[in-house]
Amino acid sequence: MKIEDVVCTFCGCLCDDLVVEVDGRRVVSVENGCTLANEKFMGDHRLQSPIRRNGKGWEHISYDDAIRETAEILCDADRPILYGWSGTHGEAQSIGIHLAELLGALVDNTSTVCHGPSILAIQEVGHPGCTLGQVKNRADVVVYWGTNPIDAHPRHMSRYTTFADGFFLKEAFRDRRLIVVDVRKTESANIADEFITIEPGGDYAVLSALRAIVRGKREIIPPSVSGVSREQLFRVADLLLSAKFGAIFFGLGLTMSPGKYKNVRNAIELTEELSRHTKYTISPMRGHWNVYGSNEVFTWITGYPYAVDFARGIAFYNPGETTSVDVLRRKECDACLVVGSDPGAHFPKACAEHLARIPTIQIDPHTNATTHLSRIQIPVAVTGIDAEGTAYRMDGVPIRTRMLFKGEYPSDTEILERLYTLVKEAKGP
Amino acid sequence: MSELLVRNAYVIDPLSGIKGDVMDIAIRDGKIVEEVGRNAEVIDADHCLTLPGGVDSHSHVCGTKVNFGRYMSPEDMRAGRTARKGVMHVTSGYSVPTTFGNSYRYSIMGYTTILEGAMAPLEARHTHEEFTATPHQDMLANTLFDGNWSIMEAVREKDVKRAAAVVAWTLSAVKGFAIKLTNPGGTEAWGWGEDVHSILDQVPHFGVTPAEIIETMIRANELLNLPHSVHIHCNALGVPGNYRTTLDTLDLVPDLNDKRQTLYLTHLQFHSYGGSTWKDISSKSEDIARAVNNKPQVAIDMGQIMFGRTTTMTADGPMEFKLYMLHHNKWSNHDVELETGSGIIPVYYSRKSLVNCVMWAIGLELALLTKDPWQCMLSTDNPNGAPFVKYPEIIALLMSRRFRENELALLDPRTAHYVPLPAIDRELDWYDIAVMTRAGQAKALGITGVGKGHLAPGAEADIAIYPLKPDSLDPSTEYQQVMAGFGKTRYTIKRGRVVARDGEVVVEGANSTIWTKAITPPEFDLSVDPEFVKKFEQYYTVRMSNYPVQDVYLPRGVCIATEASL
Repeated sequence: MKIEDVVCTFCGCLCDDLVVEVDGRRVVSVENGCTLANEKFMGDHRLQSPIRRNGKGWEHISYDDAIRETAEILCDADRPILYGWSGTHGEAQSIGIHLAELLGALVDNTSTVCHGPSILAIQEVGHPGCTLGQVKNRADVVVYWGTNPIDAHPRHMSRYTTFADGFFLKEAFRDRRLIVVDVRKTESANIADEFITIEPGGDYAVLSALRAIVRGKREIIPPSVSGVSREQLFRVADLLLSAKFGAIFFGLGLTMSPGKYKNVRNAIELTEELSRHTKYTISPMRGHWNVYGSNEVFTWITGYPYAVDFARGIAFYNPGETTSVDVLRRKECDACLVVGSDPGAHFPKACAEHLARIPTIQIDPHTNATTHLSRIQIPVAVTGIDAEGTAYRMDGVPIRTRMLFKGEYPSDTEILERLYTLVKEAKGP
Repeated sequence: MSELLVRNAYVIDPLSGIKGDVMDIAIRDGKIVEEVGRNAEVIDADHCLTLPGGVDSHSHVCGTKVNFGRYMSPEDMRAGRTARKGVMHVTSGYSVPTTFGNSYRYSIMGYTTILEGAMAPLEARHTHEEFTATPHQDMLANTLFDGNWSIMEAVREKDVKRAAAVVAWTLSAVKGFAIKLTNPGGTEAWGWGEDVHSILDQVPHFGVTPAEIIETMIRANELLNLPHSVHIHCNALGVPGNYRTTLDTLDLVPDLNDKRQTLYLTHLQFHSYGGSTWKDISSKSEDIARAVNNKPQVAIDMGQIMFGRTTTMTADGPMEFKLYMLHHNKWSNHDVELETGSGIIPVYYSRKSLVNCVMWAIGLELALLTKDPWQCMLSTDNPNGAPFVKYPEIIALLMSRRFRENELALLDPRTAHYVPLPAIDRELDWYDIAVMTRAGQAKALGITGVGKGHLAPGAEADIAIYPLKPDSLDPSTEYQQVMAGFGKTRYTIKRGRVVARDGEVVVEGANSTIWTKAITPPEFDLSVDPEFVKKFEQYYTVRMSNYPVQDVYLPRGVCIATEASL
């Protein structure tokens, strides 16, 4: 059976035009997907049943036992963290947040190690953005700053920017100018009209220089700024100003390099500066397919996009203090539930070590680096393959992912609902 | 079967013609009935003011831009925090509370139905998700068409029926309630960093004017027989001298519907400015109110501002950028492909700002100068003028001249030169307030037929009992009690259940979402129209099959179906 308009649950592009052929409970082929999508749908090696460490290795246990023991661990904990959420659907995220509220736990999502700094910058200066279709239909200048879409978001350029024809740009590839900014020449840089190589850590200075030029202060620009020549800066600023609609995209090259949220703030302020002359927007390249959804769901329930601590009864937010990396580094946390992410692969070593010391439970379809730190793992259905639910694209557009077949695994929602019920019973009214 | 009897209620139910009678209200299975059995649970209202549940016909509480207002404002979240208590979840936020915060605070004030003022169709799913997390009010969504390409193409072709077909398909697809035009044409122009400045400006590339969009949509709306009228946020919001644009817009309105208004103009305070710069801004409320009084075919809401901190948020992207150029604090913008835009900035309305003082006066003047309360709803365009928790204070200001004088004395002393407010003696009465906060709003929205805004047998048992005794209270002097009383019901009853009591929510909610579906003849079904489908697939970034909001997002959807006259 061929299913059309399937939503890919890999990256923040959330492409919704895949054609997937399914034979029973098996994906046979994927059309329109990138290599990442193909691997997601085809290379699906699941953990068969819940597993628990027994001192010598792993033993298979029932879902009932796994969920009950997880509930007991969470109820026993003084400082539990419920972490992850970007790899599951919104309905599960919502239950997870309410579970944290019930437990007085800290709940955090993967923004803590990706676009958390972007959120901090937005909280200082705001965010002039747009949906991706605005870019596709209008943008004649596109900037990728500290991001390499060809490798990380392989269809971003073909669906939304460089190669995507739009209403006002009938021949996008010819009519659009592409600027790529990075510390090394990437695949994306190869097709740029203008490639700016910045010395590592130099983003803030280069953004400041561009802001100064846009403000008409060319005379103060030194011959070279973080390895970028004055001539190129002038050329790039003129190109930026020549746009009828300019779109800036930025990635972890900006958020996680020296300067962190200050870099993003500077990029947003450059966008605002350019908006006084012509139309400009700026957008973060979000990684996980539903990391933006986790920010949204966190926000409407708790008021904050990530790093929410319920220990005081109210929702308390102070990144740097209530971010999971910091709580783990301080060794405060005494139990961790991981849902839909892989902190074992992404967290600093000290945090991973602490996760291995405390009871860590992972709810995830596949074994991964976090499995090696966990006490229990509960496999679930994969959203977008055998489970469905809401996801938010990197630009905030909500899309319902599809279930391609009914499999044998419970969804994240089902597991979390059962956990919530057990914890609620244990906590009493 | 569950039965409830509210005894000794001092009832004002304007739609039923009840203007203050002490009576009993019988409720069975969530509806008002003639009588109940002797085993019914009894609430003694003790002669307290008892009204139909409050209806807010224009408020921003759910969806993409509202949530971004929270996302970008941890300082606002910190300004209103409550812990989990009983059935109540944790809440955060003052001007943009979390969904549960909105729901509890509205419920405590006796509100049971809210219309979200602006939903971008492409992001409708988000609005519906937040509706589900706003459990104590029935929700409706104004759906944005101001920059809709298919609409503007139909307008250019002078094809009203085509425009109606686009509306019918969209409302049904996104489970929207009514047509919203926010700065019509301006949000598309903002896609190029531009704006339209009057109703006769051309929208770039589309060759249509705001006036043509407005006139076409009014007629399309009536062809579809939708319950509500077109709901407009006029062009040139917040610009000195913009009252002319508002008067021009009022002049466009025909009288096409005998049950309700033909055009609803929202937050008119922001559209009633004289002068030419911020230095000589003045109130033109008298001109606007005169036009409204002469046109029974329009309804308006106040868009009152109140002093203090709040967050502005609107689909009117270019206006927010202009506001940002004044305030220079922080600015968010979010344009939505082929449809509309939006912007957000936090603001502080100060008694020391002459402009803010003039704005404050204008909202009150509009309510006091509009003769017929059915034509003017009480609103703050929450949270743009002020968070909705300020409604009780606004009610008190409208009911007490003395309160207004006391407040005026605190303002910039030049205010009186620019506004007529000090010369207005009128004090609204309990009946006027009942109309402006529920009956008039339900009538304007066209939802009395689904049991909203009144207490006649068959109506939804949504009831607010306030600790106010109209027989012995003089609102003119005892305005502090009026304010306190409207701030916290003794009982809020939703669909026959007590949901809030003395400032606390006591049960888990289960709201409905009310949406409209206009049934069109097959030749107007755009889902099979080759040109519409082709353009959709070419220019949107989601597939047409993934665009409609699935039924699962409306666990308790109430569909108002109409037969289109196409």
